[in-house]
Amino acid sequence: MSLAQQFRTGDTPLPDIIILTHKLARAYDMGGEVVRALRGVSLQIRRNEYVAIMGPSGSGKSTLMNLIGCLDTPTGGEYWLNGQKVSDLGDDALARIRNKEIGFVFQTFNLLPRATALHNVELPLIYAGLGAKERRAQAAQALERVGLGDRMEHRPNELSGGQRQRVAIARALVNDPSILLADEPTGNLDSATSGEIMEVFGALHRQGQTVVMVTHEHDIAAHAARVVTLRDGLVATDQRQAA
Amino acid sequence: MAFLEAVRLALQTLRAQKLKSGFSLIGVFIGVAFFIGAWSITNGINVYMTEKFAGTIIGVNTFHLRRRPNFTPNVSDSMWRAWARRPRITFGDAEAVAAGLTVPVLSAWQSSDNVTIEANGKQVRDADVTGATERYFEIKNLPIAQGRAFSAQEARSGVPVVVIGSEVADKLFAGRDPIGKSVRIGGKPYRVIGVVEPQGKLFGFSLDRFAVAPALSPVQDLVNPPGVVDALIVKAGSVAQMRDAMAEAEGIMRSRRHLRPRQDNNFVLETSEGVLEFWGGIQRILFVFGPALVSISLVVGGIVIMNIMLMAVAERTREIGLRKSLGARRRDIMRQFLAESVTLAGLGGALGVVTGVLLTFALKAVSPLPTTLSGVSIVLGLMLGGLTGIVAGVYPASRAARLDPIVALRQE
Repeated sequence: MSLAQQFRTGDTPLPDIIILTHKLARAYDMGGEVVRALRGVSLQIRRNEYVAIMGPSGSGKSTLMNLIGCLDTPTGGEYWLNGQKVSDLGDDALARIRNKEIGFVFQTFNLLPRATALHNVELPLIYAGLGAKERRAQAAQALERVGLGDRMEHRPNELSGGQRQRVAIARALVNDPSILLADEPTGNLDSATSGEIMEVFGALHRQGQTVVMVTHEHDIAAHAARVVTLRDGLVATDQRQAA
Repeated sequence: MAFLEAVRLALQTLRAQKLKSGFSLIGVFIGVAFFIGAWSITNGINVYMTEKFAGTIIGVNTFHLRRRPNFTPNVSDSMWRAWARRPRITFGDAEAVAAGLTVPVLSAWQSSDNVTIEANGKQVRDADVTGATERYFEIKNLPIAQGRAFSAQEARSGVPVVVIGSEVADKLFAGRDPIGKSVRIGGKPYRVIGVVEPQGKLFGFSLDRFAVAPALSPVQDLVNPPGVVDALIVKAGSVAQMRDAMAEAEGIMRSRRHLRPRQDNNFVLETSEGVLEFWGGIQRILFVFGPALVSISLVVGGIVIMNIMLMAVAERTREIGLRKSLGARRRDIMRQFLAESVTLAGLGGALGVVTGVLLTFALKAVSPLPTTLSGVSIVLGLMLGGLTGIVAGVYPASRAARLDPIVALRQE
């Protein structure tokens, strides 16, 4: 890890480092008993990296994922995202960060069932405050990027699992986020479709997109250029591999 | 997120759940419809009372000298018995007051009863037959459409002539010219000399079923005991003159009846104010019960909407989580659900307004209630609906807005 910045509290990350966690900790109060899900995770992810985060259940990878996704705030340490310290931001500011900097892809797709593919992809742009016309244009573009230009008016139940996940990816990309954050993106897909989705991720990475993916499947993690393994709330291994 | 966006989203959701939405807005719908309907009725009666009723029955700047009030809400038995013991207004009283007033006024005698009028083998039952003096038509604002009114001389000498209302003319003469023809009132013949212009209806009662004959004609035996009038009607040019004339009339009557200073009047000087006061009493009751009923339906409607919204929040927890993860702030979620409940209630309110308006016209068409639609009530009705939506939506919406996105996303 010679490329990593020697970071101390009070420092600012180098501009190339898009995600930097410094001794990131998250403890939960479970009815008087304090559960320390993360116990000081220091991690640096550069622009255009493709990182898989692995670990057995209970290792803290979901907690880390929520923190990186700005859905949760740490109880200790620092988190810098795209040059901004987000670990001490308030609720509304975090919502703004999620809207601008992060594109989520969920295991269960999380599409609005009654809305068309196009409208689903438009959602982040609504909260970004864009006008209807511009929204539609950008959403259509994002759908074309994932190869669904001809499925825009379809509702989720008229799409296959792979197509649904591609709609979700288009939604994640539509705001041009700093990181694509995927949580078990192939967990609900068969292996053929999984391969298809991994190809989409690979292509996006080649186009310069930073991708962070949480998974427990080794063959999915194998697509990433770097695998970080968590164990008991700490980084256990951090390895680069040939994609 | 723009409010319009939120409303569009709300409409989408409502369209997807038509039945549930339909039920949930019934309360607001009923409340607003009732509100508009009640407002129209009250407003209509009010317009009627002030413009038509008081003017028609009593007259503008006019007072009636009577034994007892004609329009009286809730009179106790003892009061009624006291009134019945009062001396009647005699011809002598009426003459003395009319002669003694120094304020320039018009005055006429009036005594009425319901009597059948016959002619050509046809009859008009229970017509309002009045014995009056010649100024009566002027004071009561009864323009003659055909023929003429009777003269002062005819009134004084008691010639058996009669001026009839348009309905009486139509019923008895069916389109033929009634002037100069004979009608029988209480078995005695009268020559028709005039027909009054149609006066329309009041609370569904025709104002054209009447006949007016000279006070001293044989009609006097039908309407009152000998030498007695129901009222002396006095019309002044202004309110001030009316007050002066009333003071004079009161003085004349008190001295004629030898009332000592501490004794109450044993007669009454009734003005249209008295009638309006009577109506005011009824209106006050309406103004208490109307809003109470409206608020009950709106409160019930609001509770229903609140429950529907709480259900919606529970059902769509995952959606809320997703929206938050995509960048929706608390206030965006809050606005979305508030817009939904306001849209629900607003829709109920709009339907209520439409129904209320239809109700207003329907009532006007089929019932004697003189309803009058007012724009204010429509605006207020819509506002009430929307307000119910806001009040009912705040709690569910704030619950939705406070959801933790992680917990919400995890929900199945």
